[in-house]
Amino acid sequence: METIDRIKQQVTENPILIYMKGTPQMPMCGFSSRTIEVLKSYGKEFAYVNIIADPEVHRALPEFSEWPTFPQVFVGGELIGGCDITLEMHERGELEAVLNAASA
Amino acid sequence: MNMQDTITSLLECSFAPSHVEVENETHRHNVPADSESHFKVTLVSEQFTGLPLIKQHRLVNEALAEPLSKIHALALHTYNPDQWQQRQQTSPESPPCKGGSSAS
Repeated sequence: METIDRIKQQVTENPILIYMKGTPQMPMCGFSSRTIEVLKSYGKEFAYVNIIADPEVHRALPEFSEWPTFPQVFVGGELIGGCDITLEMHERGELEAVLNAASA
Repeated sequence: MNMQDTITSLLECSFAPSHVEVENETHRHNVPADSESHFKVTLVSEQFTGLPLIKQHRLVNEALAEPLSKIHALALHTYNPDQWQQRQQTSPESPPCKGGSSAS
């Protein structure tokens, strides 16, 4: 499968998905680590793709999402943002509703 | 012009900010000593009023497309002047490094 089709499949099939460096158990980047902590705090199931282990997705995703940096959080097939936006939404109390809508 | 100044002047031109702060956080990361790779931007502009965070960040990513192709990480905190006042003119600290830079 083409990388771009793989990405499309991943964002479609997983209501909450994070493209990150490392794994939720062992994040390899402070930004990924902080984002994971916030996602975990809601106790919802989420999927992840470790872009260090998948260099094709690492290369192709920024073009697909028109977003240059990692991590990238997709909810309901849409990019909601990276670390800073996820944390800002969390602080403002807006994130839970967005996550609930996607996983309902 | 160093990277910090390049980023600052691009932001000044694009957003007419009431406050802009570009911090070089490279020293906190696992990269060679003389590199310019990790930056944090705090940007306050009237232009952000009423725009969702993802749009605000996309605008900044567009304005910084050229430097972003050369650097590794950009922490980004955007506010309109009212939000900036409410935050008492402080933006969040960037997370500590977890060593993933060298693997990207």
